[in-house]
Amino acid sequence: MAENTNSVNNELDYHKKKKKEEMKQQVITFALMIVFTIIAFTMVEADLDKLFVIPILFILAIVQVAFQLYYFMHMSHKGHEMPSLMMYGGAAVAFLTVLTLLVLVWW
Amino acid sequence: MSSHEDVLNPKVMPEEPEKATLEGKNKFLGFWFFLGGETVLFASLFGTYLALKGSTMDDNTSQNLFELPLVFIMTMLLLTSSLTSVYAMYHMKNNDFGKMQLWLGITVVLGLAFLGCELYEFYHYIHHYEFTFRSSAFGSAFYTLVGFHGGHVLFGLLWIVTLMVRNAKRGLNLYNAPKFYIASLYWHFIDVVWVFIFTVVYLMGVI
Repeated sequence: MAENTNSVNNELDYHKKKKKEEMKQQVITFALMIVFTIIAFTMVEADLDKLFVIPILFILAIVQVAFQLYYFMHMSHKGHEMPSLMMYGGAAVAFLTVLTLLVLVWW
Repeated sequence: MSSHEDVLNPKVMPEEPEKATLEGKNKFLGFWFFLGGETVLFASLFGTYLALKGSTMDDNTSQNLFELPLVFIMTMLLLTSSLTSVYAMYHMKNNDFGKMQLWLGITVVLGLAFLGCELYEFYHYIHHYEFTFRSSAFGSAFYTLVGFHGGHVLFGLLWIVTLMVRNAKRGLNLYNAPKFYIASLYWHFIDVVWVFIFTVVYLMGVI
């Protein structure tokens, strides 16, 4: 019985430690997101070439959103197949929607 | 036999309290389904905005209107509130109700500050530039997109505050853990949309 409680406690400690590790990662993710944001704003303030800045702004935004989804919203965890399907499906339709509206205006 | 109470109030939270009950699992799946739909909804507003961005009537173009320092502050507020809600969920998983409520409270304060900045911004445009919803196609598209996001922030704040107040005396259990988790997912999604707004609307608007 005593052994049993001990192993339960060990397991608890293990999970607690794991959660703490993950929280550390989350803070690093947050710091990176802040850095990306600062890069994006400084690049615009610096008045660089439009064709050079816009693609980089998009890449920074997509990376930041991926961080948000995979780390803050835990999509990197097990059991997130359905959420991934929903988000990628949503993103695909979203892309088509924006493309359609832009093409309509171009011509 | 364990009673209903024991099932919902274990001494130690399971590893994923948000998915420990069938109700929680259903909430989790249903909510992600909803977020997929929201993505498409916001995409249609973004598409409309991009299509009508150049349709201005007077000097009120995006280059003349937008001021990046305020947008930067708003971005920092919302980004930080995203991290504080991660902290809240961390304490939820450790079954620490008090700390979870504290971090949710900080999230709400940051969200309110964001909303305050947005209201100031709209007020400024309307009174100093006479740039309103009806000024131009650009105005309509801008206020619809950014206002719709602001509406989401307001709804998210009301949601989190309602959960905090409703469960203040109940404490944390497997019945309300999924509710808190889902509300925090919604809050992160608001930040996801804001990343695209500050990139597509504001940064690309001043270039």
